[in-house]
Amino acid sequence: MKIKNQSRLPGRYVLILLTLLCLLLLGIERFTDTGGPFRIIANYTVVPMQKGISYVGMWISDMSDNFETMKEMRKKNAKLQSKVDALTIDNTRLRQEQYELERLRELYKLDENYSDYEKVGAHVIANNGSNWFSDFTIDKGTSDGIKVNCNVMAGSGLVGIVTETGPNYARVRSIIDDASNVSGMILSTSDTCMVRGDLSLMSDGRLRFEKLANNDNKVEVGEQVVTSHVSSRFVQGLFIGYVSEIEVDSNNLTRSGYITPAVDFSKLQEVLVITKTKDDMVGGK
Amino acid sequence: MKRKLITVLIITVCFLLQSTIMRKVAIGNITPNLLLIVTASFGFMRGTKSGMYIGLICGLFIDLFWGSLLGFHMLLFVIIGYFNGSFQRLFFDEDIKLPIGLIAVSELSYGIAVYFFGYMLQGDFSFGTHLFQVIIPELVYTILVTLVLYQIILHINKKLETEEQRSASKFV
Repeated sequence: MKIKNQSRLPGRYVLILLTLLCLLLLGIERFTDTGGPFRIIANYTVVPMQKGISYVGMWISDMSDNFETMKEMRKKNAKLQSKVDALTIDNTRLRQEQYELERLRELYKLDENYSDYEKVGAHVIANNGSNWFSDFTIDKGTSDGIKVNCNVMAGSGLVGIVTETGPNYARVRSIIDDASNVSGMILSTSDTCMVRGDLSLMSDGRLRFEKLANNDNKVEVGEQVVTSHVSSRFVQGLFIGYVSEIEVDSNNLTRSGYITPAVDFSKLQEVLVITKTKDDMVGGK
Repeated sequence: MKRKLITVLIITVCFLLQSTIMRKVAIGNITPNLLLIVTASFGFMRGTKSGMYIGLICGLFIDLFWGSLLGFHMLLFVIIGYFNGSFQRLFFDEDIKLPIGLIAVSELSYGIAVYFFGYMLQGDFSFGTHLFQVIIPELVYTILVTLVLYQIILHINKKLETEEQRSASKFV
């Protein structure tokens, strides 16, 4: 009887009912934390499936890599060999400087070293399916010590920040997302700037930086940009990318331009999550 | 019951594909909107109500995993389901023009709605860049995928319908 009544309900009323339901949810969202019980269910149903699929995908891409020709491999090998040589030279030079730095640090009694953050490795298991956002899901969560606002890196560069966590997954918003703002710093001059993601630059994976003071410090194309010491959510000294274009704004007070990030965002597979947030570090002192 | 299970399965598979494999084969970092195809095609194949319920589930998935606000995509997809469902009378199996037209219109209005609520209300008025960077490429790509995915959904729906008719006649 009940079922009969339901099926007689005209489509228009169902539309109105569902619209009200959605609006109600939107209203509730305003006051509470996102998702609630739905997210817990999702954590145990959909996330494992995403893990499975992305492992299969990784296996397939590994397979296709196997078919690279010998010639390409040789070429790559020669290129890498020359790079190894260059890096070895670099490394020895840097090591010498490292010793010097350590000595000087001891002199200054600076016991904290910003380059040694504790990290957890994680796999990227799913991307955002809509084209409006740039975020992804990783296969580690609160059970591995990941918290909201943890910084995420890949290789040597900054990738993004954790925005949402579950027991065994976490969502990371990349720095190229339209809603992302990072306080950055030009490494050579220590001038701060704002590094913003932009939807129109998302497809070429570039970033925009703004509000760099137009002072006497000369900033050239190719200079390194890192996260700044004044950022409230990003720990200091994470490498963002290289300046690729720079110009003085029309107000003559600030400079802006573009950054080529150190990370290739279209091919992210493994990332490193820094388990300490900036809040922990600042609060701990 | 069987129909419900299979429908949920189709939605889940499309959702998983869209967030994993499709991102790997994306052209210009744009992925096709598979869930919109599912919602729209069930809409005009099965009517307004099916369209709305399926839109609700698809929207729930999107809001939970890709969006930030629970309810926004649900609402959009319910409306898309209803809109497509109201064209059920004009729908014939053999005709591919109507499905493609409807999906294109849905995709376009979906893109514009997301731009309007997500970007323009935040003071981002560069409609042109959004149109040419996201909305139009996604539209083209979605239509290309429709040509394949729609045939699969149509086939599954036909099978289910003949089965339902057979079991109904058995009881009479």
